[in-house]
Amino acid sequence: MSKEKFTLLESTCVPLPFENIDTDQIIPARFLSATSREGFGENLFRDWRYDKSGNKNMEFVMNNPLFGGKILIAGKNFGSGSSREHAVWAIYDYGFRAVVSSFFADIFRNNALNNGLLPVVVPEKFLDKLMDLVSNDPSQKVSIDLENQVISIIPGGDSVQFEINPHKKECLLKGLDDIDYLLSRKDQIIAFETAKTAKDED
Amino acid sequence: MEPKTLFDKIWDSHVVQSVEKGPDILYIDQHFIHEVTSPQAFNGLRKRGIPVFRPERTLATADHNIPTKDQDKPIRNELSRNQVDRLTENCRDFGIEYFGLNHPSNGIVHVIGPELGYTRPGMTIVCGDSHTSTHGAFGAVAFGIGTSEVEMVLATQCILQPKPGKMRISVNGKLGKGVTAKDVIMYIISQISTGGATGYFVEYAGSVIRDLSMEGRMTVCNMSIEMGARGGLIAPDNKTMNYLKDLPSFPLGFDWEALLTQWNSFKSDPGAVFDRELQFDGSLIRPMITYGTNPGMGMAIDDSIPEIGDIKAEDAPSFLKLLDYMGFKPGMKLLGHPVDYVFVGSCTNGRIEDLREFARIVKGRKKAPGVTALIVPGSKAVEKQAISEGINNILQKAGFELRQPGCSSCLAMNEDKIPPGKYAVSTTNRNFEGRQGPGSRTLLASPLVAAAAAITGKLSDPREFIR
Repeated sequence: MSKEKFTLLESTCVPLPFENIDTDQIIPARFLSATSREGFGENLFRDWRYDKSGNKNMEFVMNNPLFGGKILIAGKNFGSGSSREHAVWAIYDYGFRAVVSSFFADIFRNNALNNGLLPVVVPEKFLDKLMDLVSNDPSQKVSIDLENQVISIIPGGDSVQFEINPHKKECLLKGLDDIDYLLSRKDQIIAFETAKTAKDED
Repeated sequence: MEPKTLFDKIWDSHVVQSVEKGPDILYIDQHFIHEVTSPQAFNGLRKRGIPVFRPERTLATADHNIPTKDQDKPIRNELSRNQVDRLTENCRDFGIEYFGLNHPSNGIVHVIGPELGYTRPGMTIVCGDSHTSTHGAFGAVAFGIGTSEVEMVLATQCILQPKPGKMRISVNGKLGKGVTAKDVIMYIISQISTGGATGYFVEYAGSVIRDLSMEGRMTVCNMSIEMGARGGLIAPDNKTMNYLKDLPSFPLGFDWEALLTQWNSFKSDPGAVFDRELQFDGSLIRPMITYGTNPGMGMAIDDSIPEIGDIKAEDAPSFLKLLDYMGFKPGMKLLGHPVDYVFVGSCTNGRIEDLREFARIVKGRKKAPGVTALIVPGSKAVEKQAISEGINNILQKAGFELRQPGCSSCLAMNEDKIPPGKYAVSTTNRNFEGRQGPGSRTLLASPLVAAAAAITGKLSDPREFIR
């Protein structure tokens, strides 16, 4: 099944200058009881966005009307903890299309790539600079060029290359789906099973 | 032949095909599912109009959402009930074996897999749950996946996965009195931090690991993800074989000897190269406790929280913010700090040995009046065993109650929530903000530390209570 393609993203950013943001913060467990993929954006960072009585915490950046955009910038080790894909669904549903950090937890990164959300790994120095720039100027824009694997501070600012698995890059650029890919390999999978059974019975 | 690590042997023998410049197509021997991370995957199959490819290789249980009291009555929370009902329907419609609520084999997915004999050496095992690493204790390559990947496994029995790096963590020496498997893994994480093993699959080795029981090894492997590791595993040995041999899942006349020969080859060859090697001295480990809001923020129970001067300048603001959430200050000692709740259970410490350890300390003593305790077995089988061993009676006499199995307060998806601002000593795996309920303050620890807190009402050194 085809998905939204990711090619070039140019947007303002939302800065989250905290390290080790875990998936329990991104979407608390009490909101995981839904059985569809939609609607999780409403509860993204729920306990940081709202206080105990359900009032908006105006100190939190996502409640500051000056900040917005499709790029989330976060401190290192983003997405640690639980494997819940709901964290990625929530970030995507809220409107983000890329997350920039110096370091991502493995399962979160896989989940993001499987849902068209691009995790961009940048050097710590670049991340610090970016965090400072966007925190001080909410109108600061950033461009992410997936084809050329470059993230740039625009206009005319620094840019760095980022790494991405070539297979995953292809999937994102073309809006392809790994399940379709695996389904197209059914014959090889069956052949593998047959050979393995024979070997195990040796 | 080039020497190989155990991880390489298992991984490589399950690669159907390597995608050019991409991940491997990895064949999965055993898939576990539960109610929270599977419904969207089944929706995907329905949308595509395809069946489950190998239904006999998936096993389902309901664990995350379920109450730990009155399990014979309908689940009160409507969303939870709906999610469990959907799993029941999905298993029925797609022909998957299901140990639902009240089934004698029901329990936490990572507790029932091993105890029912589904988890075996040399296997690849996945589940939409990060603590799938638990099964690595049996010498299996086991790791957590997301829901899109659950759908891949249901549809094709395979996932696309880049091969992680290899790390070996050796713990040698001998553990002191009152030091458990939980303290070993909490110590390792405190030394290398919560992202210290990201990108790696860890093999645990050394005399301390070999001396651990199978339950203890599961506790160690369980928390591999808390240092970012893709998974953790331990080479099978006689202890592993004896554990498996006693399980009812091997039918009479089963060719045990042939299996043993195969399993004996499941170890890293001498000279096999790891991308990273770490060594720890087990005799330095003391009973552990966490003081912050990630599992890397741990210390010996009789230590003090680091002073602000010991923290890197750029990390100081977030360090203070985390301590503020916990209501702690830099340099503070935690021994004697009041405790409101004690939770014993979860896929980390909800097995029979954990209940035995807890009972060993509370036996003949009384629960402290101000403490609310939740003692939750990891499975129906653990519950049954605890009753047959009389642990149930010991707990009752000391003022505790054994509840019914489930994930419970570990992630508080059911009613078992810790109220805002309250301190909970918890034998679980994560002390994240709000993990056990909004505003809850979690202190991770072993069942022995939990027992000492439960009878004194404050953080106490369990070594003082071991007879």
